[in-house]
Amino acid sequence: MNLAIRDIRYHRGRFILTSIGLGLLIGVVMSMGGIYRGLFADALAVLSFTKADIWVVQQNTNGPFAESSRIPEDIKYRIKAVPGVAEASPLSFQTIQIERLGKPFRFFLIGYDLNGFGGPPEILAGRTIRQKHYEMVVAKAMNMAIGEKIHLGLHDYTVVGITTKVVSSSGDPAAYVSLVDAQDIQFKKDNAAIRNDRERIAANLAGIQSLSPSQTTFLSKNIAAITESTHTVNTVVARLAPGADLKEVQERISRWNHFRPISVEEQTKILTKGMIEKARMQLGLFRIILLVISAVIISLIIYTSTIDKIKVIATLKLIGAQNRVIIGMILQQSLLMGVIAYGIGYALILLTYENFPRRIVLEAFDLQGLFVIIIAICTISSFVGIRKALKVEPAEALGG
Amino acid sequence: MHAIEVEKLTKIYGKGETAVTAIADATFQVEPGELVAILGPSGSGKTTLLTAIGLINEPTHGKVVIDGATVADEGWLPGLDLKRLRREKLGFIFQAHNLIPFLTALENVMIALEINHLTKSEAKVRATELLSSLNLGHRLNNYPSALSGGEAQRVAIARALANKPKVILADEPTAALDTENGKNVMELLKKLAVENHSAILVVTHDHRMVEGFDRIFHVNDGRIIDEKDNGYS
Repeated sequence: MNLAIRDIRYHRGRFILTSIGLGLLIGVVMSMGGIYRGLFADALAVLSFTKADIWVVQQNTNGPFAESSRIPEDIKYRIKAVPGVAEASPLSFQTIQIERLGKPFRFFLIGYDLNGFGGPPEILAGRTIRQKHYEMVVAKAMNMAIGEKIHLGLHDYTVVGITTKVVSSSGDPAAYVSLVDAQDIQFKKDNAAIRNDRERIAANLAGIQSLSPSQTTFLSKNIAAITESTHTVNTVVARLAPGADLKEVQERISRWNHFRPISVEEQTKILTKGMIEKARMQLGLFRIILLVISAVIISLIIYTSTIDKIKVIATLKLIGAQNRVIIGMILQQSLLMGVIAYGIGYALILLTYENFPRRIVLEAFDLQGLFVIIIAICTISSFVGIRKALKVEPAEALGG
Repeated sequence: MHAIEVEKLTKIYGKGETAVTAIADATFQVEPGELVAILGPSGSGKTTLLTAIGLINEPTHGKVVIDGATVADEGWLPGLDLKRLRREKLGFIFQAHNLIPFLTALENVMIALEINHLTKSEAKVRATELLSSLNLGHRLNNYPSALSGGEAQRVAIARALANKPKVILADEPTAALDTENGKNVMELLKKLAVENHSAILVVTHDHRMVEGFDRIFHVNDGRIIDEKDNGYS
């Protein structure tokens, strides 16, 4: 006869409520683990979807995600010419926050060369960008419909496609536009600002007595062209030809002034060790604290439940029950509670994780690991009750 | 062979100046099928005597023999499996019925049998027979909380009888019952002593409940001061 099951059957209300409470706690531990993994996945999303081998950024920076990086777009031609590079493509990134439907609407805008790579990884609905201007593909998480328009910079952009879960390292959903549009949105000044700049340049040049009128006009046009140019990007990504040596390509690019070639491995390190390290540690600490709390709660439940059964245990001992009968009753109850609470926590997370504001990544290894930890906690916690139970004297069954 | 044999049984709690002699030099025998009462006021040492015979409380001095097996001689004999002996040779009936609250009446009897290595089906058959013989056939699946005091005590008696023990020890079995139920329980014990040929030793402070017992020991201040043979054996 299984005494643990019989006790649970009799006190099922209390057992179910306790298991639900514990299940919620385990659910929180699971979600912490999911957020922890989600941070990684988010941080590396653009990196992994781009499938580049080298990220060329501004010299002495950890760009384009951890630090600001600005390099001229035309460096892509020089990078393409490096032996071992199969293709190179410029990318532009910026975080945008606008007002939409009366609420702040934040997303990560990626500009890519329509003839290059680094665009939307997958189209779930609609199509990819075909026109050079005013079209955009948005991540599913932005909750925008195809055909919907959004005003960015000086122009309206129409959603033509929905892509998968691409997010920035801070978890903002991504939207894709052509590189030209992205550069316009990021760098193009409005007409009044342009007129103002041109007049200021002309006035400054007019103050130089040694310049002839033709030189002044020439200089004025050239300076304006440079200041009004939008042909700047945050990075140029490159893919290597099969068999090419990454170190060698990096070394060649490093020799140029003003540029830093970052490998995927280095970029991963920058993103995970630098940008999300503190958040990661915080979550790790929370997980440990919650597990300790769970252990204390389970121990208390088992201990209280044992105290409630002192007379039963004494009676069992008096009628000759072996220690294994008593140990089995306590241990099985503890393990059952752990397993059921784990199941409740798992079901809860499975049903809700899609609705979390940040990405939750549930990995089998983490879930299995947590299951083993919960079972270990239940087993260790039950020792507290077992110790108490084994000390109970059969004589305690006597008397009123 | 005596069912219970006690010789110069002494139990002393504490040491030195604080030592308290709970029972001193108790000597008696109980035969199979005999119903014996130990009568005495609270604190007289009767429960200590019962627990020493019940292999719960180690005697300080003296000898205890249960069903021919010496269990104590100046303390427990070395290597003794007290739990096994309690399981196989003794049955206990308590002041409060001490039924396990989360087991049904049937399961409360079955657990004593399963602990003694009977299979589940064997235990079920035996427990059902026992409970039916005590007019509890209609209460098999009731939890103790749904039983009356008398019914619960009868289930406890069934549990004590489950393994057909040679000795049944009852500690104030009627204390929690009204007079009528108390008398019914005592009548039942008398009947069972004869039918099962078990020695039944009942500890009580209520002299009204010992009518018809074969022998009555009066205990006071840890000593058996009087032994009365009722002439029923």
